[in-house]
Amino acid sequence: MAQRFEIRLAGSGGQGLVLGGIIFSEAAAIYDGRHATQTQSYGPESRGGASKSEVVISDEEVDYPKATNPDVVLLFTEAAKEKYLPLCKKDAIIIADADLVKSEIPSEYKRVVKVPLTRIAKESVGREFVANIVALGLIRELTKVVSEESLEKALLKRIPKGTEELNKKALQLGKEAAYKYGEHILKG
Amino acid sequence: MQEKKNIKFLSGNEACGEGAIVAGCRFFGGYPISPSSEIAEFMSKRLPLVGGTFIQMEDEIASIGAILGASLAGVKSMTATSGPGLSLMQENIGFGAMAEIPTVIVDVMRGGPSTGNPTGPSQSDVMAIRWGTHGDYPAVALCPESVNEVFLLTIEAFNIAEFLRTPVVLAMDEITAHMREKVELLKESDVKIVNRKKPEKMPYLPYEYGEDLIPPLPGYGEGFRFHVTGLNHDKTGFPTNKSELMEEGNRRIMEKLDKNKDKVIKHEEFMTEDCDILVVAYGSSARAAKRAVRTAREKGIKAGLFRPITLYPLSEKALQKAAGKAKKVIVPEMNLGQYILIVERVIGHGFPIIGINQVDGEPISPSKILSKIEE
Repeated sequence: MAQRFEIRLAGSGGQGLVLGGIIFSEAAAIYDGRHATQTQSYGPESRGGASKSEVVISDEEVDYPKATNPDVVLLFTEAAKEKYLPLCKKDAIIIADADLVKSEIPSEYKRVVKVPLTRIAKESVGREFVANIVALGLIRELTKVVSEESLEKALLKRIPKGTEELNKKALQLGKEAAYKYGEHILKG
Repeated sequence: MQEKKNIKFLSGNEACGEGAIVAGCRFFGGYPISPSSEIAEFMSKRLPLVGGTFIQMEDEIASIGAILGASLAGVKSMTATSGPGLSLMQENIGFGAMAEIPTVIVDVMRGGPSTGNPTGPSQSDVMAIRWGTHGDYPAVALCPESVNEVFLLTIEAFNIAEFLRTPVVLAMDEITAHMREKVELLKESDVKIVNRKKPEKMPYLPYEYGEDLIPPLPGYGEGFRFHVTGLNHDKTGFPTNKSELMEEGNRRIMEKLDKNKDKVIKHEEFMTEDCDILVVAYGSSARAAKRAVRTAREKGIKAGLFRPITLYPLSEKALQKAAGKAKKVIVPEMNLGQYILIVERVIGHGFPIIGINQVDGEPISPSKILSKIEE
């Protein structure tokens, strides 16, 4: 059980959280050769509405495929924060989009990283919709749960042709954000 | 060795499509519905590349009509739907059973009744799959718990349909359908493929059968003329209302499954050898149960898991044996208590049989099962 690592990505439909989960878990399962599952839950709408994507990574075969006590939680909307923050363990890494989650995260949560993911995507890449990829770069750098090469390979496999450079840059920006906003976590 | 294996990271619905192609499916008629739509999407892309045909029909009644017709023309066929579509298909599923037409119906369950909950996991069709059409008919249903198993059981569903000459249901839930995990894609040459038995010479009687009780089935256009009806029929394939022939026909379609059930039945047991508490679970609920059983064992509680892979027919003897020493049996399912009725019938009422039932569109968690084990 010790090797089981769980990630929950929570936000709204259209933010690319399902795709983000697929890329991250595929990096672990196919390119790092471990075991991983990716599951999701969303409403009937194609955009808007609550959306959640979960990744479980393990050295053994994953029995229960959903996150039960996630090690990393990404909060991409205020509604996601309200719903999922109370379910977080106190030492989970909690990443919140600094512009989309305005309310305060109580100090009992020790490992909180507030990053303007969407703003970074918009201002530095010019495309708001790669905020999910910025988040993947950030999560990877903070946790090292998948290798950098594997994540990039998995990313390039799942994105539309012609957006490679854009997405690679987004991943790199996520990595940089880990040092800018998450040094307290990197230091352990 | 690792390089040789074709390992992909797919969703259950994609793996189902891959399995169907390997099994030899070359016709898909369907009407997209969540959470099964990706199967139709996959088949619409893949079938034309292998010389097959994909048709989006006007509704589910037409869909099942199309796949039964395609099968009679000699082509392995499939549809995929969810609860509301399954309800619409029921009459023709009975037609398929009565006329003995092999085909595969994938039912990715959603919450019901009616349109219910399209995007959440559910196991609410387990009785509709068994008793949905009227009359006595040989129900066969397979229920995978992982993406890799979806691939293998889709092939198996075709094999059983072809072997028994009857419709077979592959019952998935939203988790097994949409979850992505590793799957080893096998080639046609690496798996067992069963094709329907065909008549050898004319003249022939379409519904004449041998010791296995399964009549051969030619494809339309291959030179064998035959008549197909949902009415009781004799060996010529034309309707009859002679008592002894109706009795014989109705009994035979049931007996052909009963007689061959050892070739069909599949189940998995996990730590059942010495278990005091037996969990009976299927589909994605079985994965939560497996986790709960593992945790219980770590705490020194002798729990075990029995997982029917063929929901129908169930491996009744094996279930009785697994429950042999148990003091308590737990049946978690994402409905309000359907399969538990079968478990009760099979293992009797000598000890408590407790259901864990959830219909809120969320999966049953391992901790919920564990707390029932510990109770």
